[in-house]
Amino acid sequence: MRTDGRGSWPGGRRRLGRVIGGSVSGGLEIRLDADVPVEEMSIGRFVTVEGDRRRFLCLVTDVKLRSVSDRVATVPPDYEDPFIARVMGGITTYGVLQVLPTLTLPENPDDPPEPVKTVPGHFSPAYDATPEDLKAAYGDEGKTDNFRVGSPLEMPDIPLCINIRRLVERSNGVFGKSGTGKSFLTRLLLLGIIRSGLASVLVFDMHNEYGWKAEDKERGIEVKGLRQLYGSSVVVFTLDEESSRRRGVTYDSVVEIGYNELEIDDLLLLAEPLNLSSRAPDLMAVLEREYGRDWLAWFLSLEDPQEREQLAKNLGFGMNVVNALYQSLSRLKQLSFLKPRADTRAVDLMLSYLKTGRSVVLEFGRTNDLLAYMLVANVLTRRIHRHYVEAKERFLGGVGEDPKPLVVVIEEAHKFLSPAVAHHTIFGTIAREMRKYNVTLLVVDQRPSGIDDEVMSQLGTRIVCSLDNEKDLESVLTGVVGRSELRNLLARLDTRQQALVLGHAVPIPTPVRVRDYDEHLYRSLKPRASAPEGGTIDLEKDLFGEW
Amino acid sequence: MTELDFRVGEVIETSTSRFVAHCYDLHGAPALGSLVRTGAPDRAVFGLVAGVSTTGIDPGRRPVARGRQETDPAEIFKKNPQLTRLFRTEFEAIIVGHADGGTIRQALPPTPPRVHDFVYLCRPDEAVRFTERLDFLALVLEQPAPAPADELIAAAVRQAAGHRPHPDEFLVRAGRELARLLALDPVRLQLLLRRLKHAD
Repeated sequence: MRTDGRGSWPGGRRRLGRVIGGSVSGGLEIRLDADVPVEEMSIGRFVTVEGDRRRFLCLVTDVKLRSVSDRVATVPPDYEDPFIARVMGGITTYGVLQVLPTLTLPENPDDPPEPVKTVPGHFSPAYDATPEDLKAAYGDEGKTDNFRVGSPLEMPDIPLCINIRRLVERSNGVFGKSGTGKSFLTRLLLLGIIRSGLASVLVFDMHNEYGWKAEDKERGIEVKGLRQLYGSSVVVFTLDEESSRRRGVTYDSVVEIGYNELEIDDLLLLAEPLNLSSRAPDLMAVLEREYGRDWLAWFLSLEDPQEREQLAKNLGFGMNVVNALYQSLSRLKQLSFLKPRADTRAVDLMLSYLKTGRSVVLEFGRTNDLLAYMLVANVLTRRIHRHYVEAKERFLGGVGEDPKPLVVVIEEAHKFLSPAVAHHTIFGTIAREMRKYNVTLLVVDQRPSGIDDEVMSQLGTRIVCSLDNEKDLESVLTGVVGRSELRNLLARLDTRQQALVLGHAVPIPTPVRVRDYDEHLYRSLKPRASAPEGGTIDLEKDLFGEW
Repeated sequence: MTELDFRVGEVIETSTSRFVAHCYDLHGAPALGSLVRTGAPDRAVFGLVAGVSTTGIDPGRRPVARGRQETDPAEIFKKNPQLTRLFRTEFEAIIVGHADGGTIRQALPPTPPRVHDFVYLCRPDEAVRFTERLDFLALVLEQPAPAPADELIAAAVRQAAGHRPHPDEFLVRAGRELARLLALDPVRLQLLLRRLKHAD
């Protein structure tokens, strides 16, 4: 297989150099040929090394400068002279690529690539990786389950796909400090998931940037959200009707939640923002037992302090405990979507859409404080999850259909999944039970180190934009092979449109230049699966009629 | 031009790695670094002109100065025609390759050239063909030469470049080969490279 001639390969690909050393664990060193400019090489590039029997797809993790002897550095040559620079460059002084061998490419393009268990021999030639090499590793953009998320760094013409089927099999995370394009990336993934038809999504859209449209501050333009691109396969709910209307959003339903829908666990999740006292859980439990499902509405109606004093006496609690709870829970009155009793149970409506295979985006409008977000996301997800558990169990018992997988998207995930609360929230449960009940999470967060380790370890695929906090870097790379090299790579990602994809949906940890969110993308989003059940939706018309 | 026009002398002393040629014409030696050939075509031996000397034929007789009244040294030879007979020009060549059937090897020949073999200056096209490979540079670097080896190499490479339509490409190629050979001696390498460059 080894060939030394340059340009003798299909497409005349360039030879970069030869392997001069290395190991499976530590990676390979490739000495650059004299005519390959070292500055053209950069970390994150892919190269292929042709061994005698195998081809290795490798990722550049470092670029180094070397000289044949220390004397060259002690008595530096006259590099001002272009002739001397041209002659000596690459010979007495030369560049070395440190590469991580990631996959062995099969001889037959239909066979899957294999993990690396050996290294190519000394002086095996290395070449620029070709689109075919990357296709063999990442799958063909044209195949059903694959979705192009971007290109390898520095190789903008080569598509790089992730496998959506594998993505939705587990919970996933999108991480990155603020302003690195997490929402764009998340929206891109959601487009891929919806297009594949392999799962529905439920987005808790804190900043109103998924449903109808979003603003691209960088380019100063508006970009299309899921509803605009997928028509009625995506349903937009809003918590703030007025805000949605003002923003010109086509929404389908307004969500109201009754006090009677809140469970004590939902309120306990909010212990910190509500400033609940340590006795509050006991008092709430007693109130629920004594006054039934509507205890909260009734309790909040006790505006007269004397009434509350009476209540404290009746229940045997201190007046200060009752008053503290009243003060804390009174904050809920400011949340306009909470009603003593809601007319329609929003969750039922959502479920009815999800059952027909549609996706749901819940906009928070101006109600974007964390208290409301956590409360609503938790209340709705808890019920939806319960429904999926029941449906799945019925299916396993031979009744009904297997529910279509659901991906729940939450932002500010470390608030839900911090070690302190991960065990109380439904999200902790979903993350831990993996896809047992066909519900998985897509967590979007800027502080991955704030997320419980156990939850973190359950995330199948992590997509990491630029991070600079040491702890966060450490946390996203937990349990990954080649950590120090990847960490180096991650720390050097651009703050825009670049990300490292690790885990289940890609064969190897991969740095990606995320594709542009533009007309070209919109046009590529033809649906892969049949229209959702129900028969009333003309997907083709919905998708393309509104343009 | 016939082959006769390129004939410059005869071998008068010979060994495995070098030979000495007597030139037919006084001061008629090829330039330092020129490629010369000797022997029959099927066993031709190639050498680089590494040192030229002109001396009196009789070691016992010391030449005397004769030009006090002259304005041009050529006048001395005109007025004393016997002088061209009393001096001889010789050059020493370092062997850098030989013909082996149809191919040229840049290695020492199995047998040295013979005494009285004619010596020819290689034509430009022959020189270009020979210097397509650069293994001969290593042979020269390893030889003790009458002139410093680096001077010889610089002269040879400049000549070979001058015969080519794109001399710079050849200079870079030869320079890189030298850089590989002298990688551990950067000071010497750099001095040598500077000499190469002075071709233009």
